[in-house]
Amino acid sequence: MAENLFYFFIFPGLLFAGVTGAFLSWFDRKITARVQFRKGPPLLQPFYDFFKLLLVKETILPKHGSPMVFLSAPLFAVFGATMAGVFILLPLLGINTGFRGDLLVIFYLLTIPSFSYIIGSLASGNPLAAVGGSREMKLILSYELTFLLVVAGVIMKCGQQFDLNSVIQTQQAGTPFIGSISGVLLFIVAVFCIQAKLALVPFDMPEAEAEITEGIFIEYSGAAYALIKLTKYIMFFILPAFIVAMLLNGFKLEGLGILWAILKVLGVVLLITLIRNTNPRIRIKQAMKFFLVWMNLIAVIAIVLIAFGY
Amino acid sequence: MDESHRCNCNCTYSIWILINIIVGFKSYCFKKSLWVFHFGGASCNNCDIEILDCLTPRHDLERFGILLVGSIRHADVLLVNGSINMRDKERLLEIYHQAPKPILVVAIGACGCTGGIFAEGITFAGPVDKIIPVNAYIPGCPPKPEAIIAGIVKLVQSS
Repeated sequence: MAENLFYFFIFPGLLFAGVTGAFLSWFDRKITARVQFRKGPPLLQPFYDFFKLLLVKETILPKHGSPMVFLSAPLFAVFGATMAGVFILLPLLGINTGFRGDLLVIFYLLTIPSFSYIIGSLASGNPLAAVGGSREMKLILSYELTFLLVVAGVIMKCGQQFDLNSVIQTQQAGTPFIGSISGVLLFIVAVFCIQAKLALVPFDMPEAEAEITEGIFIEYSGAAYALIKLTKYIMFFILPAFIVAMLLNGFKLEGLGILWAILKVLGVVLLITLIRNTNPRIRIKQAMKFFLVWMNLIAVIAIVLIAFGY
Repeated sequence: MDESHRCNCNCTYSIWILINIIVGFKSYCFKKSLWVFHFGGASCNNCDIEILDCLTPRHDLERFGILLVGSIRHADVLLVNGSINMRDKERLLEIYHQAPKPILVVAIGACGCTGGIFAEGITFAGPVDKIIPVNAYIPGCPPKPEAIIAGIVKLVQSS
């Protein structure tokens, strides 16, 4: 019991994932600034933002809406992200949980933050938030099948084993999954999927800042918005870590392996950041077509290639 | 009896120090991450252009943690520019009441500070500080980006 609570709150869970994700979010902002020839924020900027929202600002409840649902949605989002983080990071850091079939649990837990955002935005009673919520729903409908196909491809590649631990073991015993044609295709699809899951720029129509003024988060202020920021930090760490675990050989935490582990996560984050800085926001129809037609096609081709042993 | 009295004193003193540290931490975090919401009244758009100029690569305000946000619910600073006429007055009051407290208000440009050339117009509803409390004034028509940055620095130091 105490061990589980430690896992959830301190080491791979809330505290560790939150702090690492905050630094990664600083990395993202700094790279964005460098791409635009700016100087960028200081290293501790995500912590200033978080503590300002949590401690200083007032939380305003919507007048026409449901305050309880509105306030509990960020809590559920933090819970879902942390739980998914625990399940992803425990095998990745070499702690064997002995849980068979955790890939599917991770897949479902990773959708909880998006669903909480939708529920919270619809409970706020703001029309722009409702627009953002409906856009997020359509985005989930488009990328979720593609993400499931990626997970299915990884499961097929490691010989029908449903747990992350044996996925990592199989890669470390042989070659990493990205070392084949099907692995490269799966990696491309997975990067676009996490781009949509993080709602970063080509797919940020739920929270389009100039268009519907932050959309799903428009009514959140103070501590509730701080929890949403925390969820975003955690997701910013665990989704690249999930890709590293599924396709890029996982972590080997000894000697130079630690440096490699950090470089792999930073590399995936750098890729996401560069995609977000070099693309405009697309319409929701274009995003659905992109995922439902093209990305699904690539994922199916990858799965066929895996079936033939490439 | 003396000793217990001293112990009490120490406890109060340490609690006082703790409270001071917490308050200092809170105000430090607030100063380091000011998110700005931009309210344009009946403006001629010169001040708007200069405000946007502050966020461009040359005068990068994000290095102080200043971001332009889209929703007033996330804002810490309300920038008001342009002359406030009778229609703008209701909107400005509504925006100010929708903002989460603490909120700092900055009046930018001659029109925001005093009314400028519109001060005697028939639809003019008073400079910004007659409608809502103002924390800093940045005069100029329009103020240079350097002047806006200097005003923001003074605002941060005073709060």
